[in-house]
Amino acid sequence: MTASPANELRIAVIGSGPSGFYTTEALLRSGAPVTVDMFERLPVPYGLVRFGVAPDHPKLKQVTLAFDRIAGLPGFRFFGGITVGDDVTIDELRKAYDAVVLATGAELSRVLGIPGEALPGCHSAGDFVAWYNGHPQFADIRFDLDHETAIVVGHGNVALDVARILAKTADELRQTDIARHALEVLAESRIREIQVIGRGGPAQAKFSAKELRDFLELGACETLVDMRNLTPDEFEPQRNPELTEKLALLRAFSQATTTKQRRCVFRFGLSPSAIGGRGRLETISFKHGSGAIEDIACGLAFSSVGRKTAPMAGVPYDVHRGVHANVDGRVAADRAVIEGLYVCGWSKRGPNGTIGTNRGCGIATAEAVLADIAQRRPRSDTPEALLARLNGRVARIVSYPDWGMIDAAEKRRGAALGKPREKFVTIPDMLAAMGA
Amino acid sequence: MTYVVTDNCRGCRYTECVSVCPVECFHVDDAMTYIDPENCIDCGGCAPACPVGAIEPDYRLAADKKYWIDVNRKRAAETPVISARLAPLPGADQRKLALGR
Repeated sequence: MTASPANELRIAVIGSGPSGFYTTEALLRSGAPVTVDMFERLPVPYGLVRFGVAPDHPKLKQVTLAFDRIAGLPGFRFFGGITVGDDVTIDELRKAYDAVVLATGAELSRVLGIPGEALPGCHSAGDFVAWYNGHPQFADIRFDLDHETAIVVGHGNVALDVARILAKTADELRQTDIARHALEVLAESRIREIQVIGRGGPAQAKFSAKELRDFLELGACETLVDMRNLTPDEFEPQRNPELTEKLALLRAFSQATTTKQRRCVFRFGLSPSAIGGRGRLETISFKHGSGAIEDIACGLAFSSVGRKTAPMAGVPYDVHRGVHANVDGRVAADRAVIEGLYVCGWSKRGPNGTIGTNRGCGIATAEAVLADIAQRRPRSDTPEALLARLNGRVARIVSYPDWGMIDAAEKRRGAALGKPREKFVTIPDMLAAMGA
Repeated sequence: MTYVVTDNCRGCRYTECVSVCPVECFHVDDAMTYIDPENCIDCGGCAPACPVGAIEPDYRLAADKKYWIDVNRKRAAETPVISARLAPLPGADQRKLALGR
């Protein structure tokens, strides 16, 4: 690079999911003399592409090839195993870098806010997703699938992921990169009915037609629509082809008959009002639009009603939106911009869109960073001095080549089992693979 | 499956799709963009981003639009990748209005 250290812009990106990578790409391809240091809490990158995208959606995971190309751009460095807010503060980073970009996603699950939600048997959909995807912080959760009926509350794509994974047989999942502990538990599942329940009608459901189409392919599960609270004209074609397809699929499911051993039933127009049970989940009470209450017996429930960003020390939080408080990607307290601190992706705009939405979002945040950089204050510290201190604070800083060794080891383990990879699900196992 | 750019793009070429493609599978010529079906990962981000509704998944195309599957495959192989947005073609906004968008 032609940049001299004097005019080189040093930028820290916090988080290694899609938005972190796409903001990095936009910065490194801007033509400005920029370097990016990406900080990640875990030893492994890719965020929700590794821990959110369902194991039976392997094509979507090919996006990691694009992330690896970005990681190969000149000026990029990866520092895994460093928890910002714990191992290093935001203020320390702001002193050492010209700009700090938060790409921390939306790791907290929103709750239903109804009585009984803490009863054993009630879970967040996000915890289940992180568990079957082998996230180290969720690998030890116990999900008791020794029940006849499971309820998923919510009509988004995560709700559909949860329902579909419960609906599939072990044989349908065996050759995916699902974590082994999850496959073992799912193989013993006694769940026979999955009810996917939402407040609105078919036209209000947030899941995509593409996710709903997956239910046409289930080998051992019939998909049905419960017509209570619905009229057949709610499936009529609309101007929007995506919505039209969704409604046509739901109409087809409403006309299906049960022939398979498991059933997945979509229900509409029901709001959860209370969760009951003696010592553990036994029923969920739902309110119909008419005001009538219906109690549905179940032994397992997942709430899938959205996510929010985890607040960070030193960063103002927008409680209403559940994101780092910001004005178009510039972090701001009461709309007063905090110099040198930016945000992108779900922690900027909330959990919406597809993976690619974060590319457009990252480009916009990178433009804000570069537009402000002429007015930046001189740094009082350097990244090198900060990293030297961090080396003394954390057990092992993981580089991108280190991750390459973990990646290769996971693929070797998977090949023996006919899977694309068998993930390491503890941090010590990940670190041990770096020396293998 | 793959997503496919169809005739509504011709004469507009807004290229909003390019910014949101996570894998840079869009190609471009003077008239419109094309999706490389070998690289598309079916994320579906581009379809709602298009201001003129030019992009659809292949299976959802009407019978008289199915030929765009082959056009995209062929033209993607013949044209360069586009990785950042371009200005829309002159007259794009009038055309968008004419399309009732």
